[in-house]
Amino acid sequence: MSNNPYRFVRPEVIAILSSKDFFKRVESKPTRASYAETILEIGEKDPRVVVLDADVSKSIRTNKFAEKFPERSFNFGIAEQNMFAAAAGMATTGMIPFASTYAVFASLRALDMVRNSIHYPRLNVKIAASHSGITPGPDGVTHQGQEDLSIMRAIAGSTVIAPADPTSAKMAVWAAAEFQGPVYLSFTRDPVPVLYGPDFPFTIGKAVIIREGKDAAIIANRDLVVQSLLAAELLAAKGIDVRVIDCHTIKPLDTDIILQAAGETGAIVTAEDNIIYGGLGSAVAEVLAENRPTAMKRVGVQNTFAESGPYHELIDKYGLSARHIVAAVEGVLKRK
Amino acid sequence: MPQLKIPMSVGDLKLMAATIRCDIIEMICTAKAGHPGGSLSATDLVTALYFRLMRIDPANPRWPERDRFILSKGHACPVWYSALAERGFFDKSHLGTLRRLGSILQGHPDMNKVPGIDMTAGSLGHGLSVGIGMALAGRLQKQDYHVWVVIGDGESQEGSIWEAAMSGSKWKLDNLTAIMDRNNLQNDSYVDKLMPIEPAADKWRAFGWNTVEIDGHSMEEIVTALEGAKSFKGAPTMIIANTVKGKGVSYMENVCEWHGKAPCREEADRALEEIRRCSCEQ
Repeated sequence: MSNNPYRFVRPEVIAILSSKDFFKRVESKPTRASYAETILEIGEKDPRVVVLDADVSKSIRTNKFAEKFPERSFNFGIAEQNMFAAAAGMATTGMIPFASTYAVFASLRALDMVRNSIHYPRLNVKIAASHSGITPGPDGVTHQGQEDLSIMRAIAGSTVIAPADPTSAKMAVWAAAEFQGPVYLSFTRDPVPVLYGPDFPFTIGKAVIIREGKDAAIIANRDLVVQSLLAAELLAAKGIDVRVIDCHTIKPLDTDIILQAAGETGAIVTAEDNIIYGGLGSAVAEVLAENRPTAMKRVGVQNTFAESGPYHELIDKYGLSARHIVAAVEGVLKRK
Repeated sequence: MPQLKIPMSVGDLKLMAATIRCDIIEMICTAKAGHPGGSLSATDLVTALYFRLMRIDPANPRWPERDRFILSKGHACPVWYSALAERGFFDKSHLGTLRRLGSILQGHPDMNKVPGIDMTAGSLGHGLSVGIGMALAGRLQKQDYHVWVVIGDGESQEGSIWEAAMSGSKWKLDNLTAIMDRNNLQNDSYVDKLMPIEPAADKWRAFGWNTVEIDGHSMEEIVTALEGAKSFKGAPTMIIANTVKGKGVSYMENVCEWHGKAPCREEADRALEEIRRCSCEQ
């Protein structure tokens, strides 16, 4: 057990990390479903919680909340601007609105409301965004929120969370509900493995080392955390021992854990299902450049839109798979 | 400060409106920037709300049971700042600090800086939606407060206004009243030349709102319409208030350039004299 480098990762997951059919065997669930389940629990406990939808409640599954709490559920139709500004109005009265839609619409269509009527007045609105990243694969580019983290990170006073798995997603929703102020929550359309058990220590702004390692560190978020774990296994087979950090909160960023990783490993790779500009990779690069210049490489969506396709084929084509992270680590190690 | 007799009589409201118009001119002249035209067109409406209609307590600006007011056309905030100061929400000495570094009175209103500002505003097309949210929350919390939102006629070109219009009638929000400051002008030109909103009243009726049209400078008509809106049941009310941009200052009236230009000292003095003279004649 003392040789086990993993922290908080479920033993059932660790046991099959090297398996060729890992994704077939591992228990998985979309984190949008975790959001929908958690908001039911929170709604039970806190009558101030209301859920706002924009005609995708069946997809995000907040229709369950609407069935259970019809008086606290408001479907605005296909009108995201109205929904987010109305959420702001509700928050001024002490309600805690969770406004749910897809990441592209939350971060782009309604961005003016999200910036000027939610963040500027620091109103207690929770933005629950499903279909983040390019991974709402089959729907294609118009529904792929591949720059939501970059956009939301640029807003003053924002808190931006992209949980990796269903367990931490549930914890993130609870934490957001208890947090005073706007929070952007980024969820996946597609199933992601249940990586963590209930002992996962979720705190907003605190990244978590989920695999110890000394040769390099992979800092990842959302659905690329599992790809980073798979990459670590592939690298271990080659004798390379990498640390994996689940950096679920992209803002405020856990600079301590990043600088510690840079100091102890001297080689950093970031991995995100987000455009390469302005997201996790950029955030980590900023910290390193200003404090401890370190050899690094960013894995993410390059200067391109993606396309329709099944999840795993899509992330492989666009350079976001474990093998790409492996190549990035090997490349950085040469520059160390 | 002399004790105000609230709710004010129509006569007192007219005098207060003149005082507020003078404040607006002074503030914008001192700041050397601001939006006099749309502040002056909305003055009678805002005065009637703050000094007669609204359930508010200047000593307790965040009173949960208070009526809410949103100036969705946030650039006209000098009228809001003046009304709040005259009503006693904060000291009138702040009015001279409009748009200055460190001032509570931002170029567009900030709810976290000014006592009595119920919602930050400035980006057009937000306020009516915010009002929808406040009205829904009020109903859910079984509060009987009323939500008042002033929108611009130019602002009505924003698509989100019509998203809000649909939702107001879907939820039958009779605790919400919108007032359109129909002053016919916007930054670049005449509203109905640039991007026509007519037939405005028919549109709001078609969207399911209890819609009335008034002279937005007749205090009698304003008070009657606001009282009617407050007691109307089953749908939100839209009051289309026909106004004159720059009302009360002859050289500003119906002149597009005064949308966002500050009067110089000499122009301001002329404006103040006109407003005071008119007010004495009433």
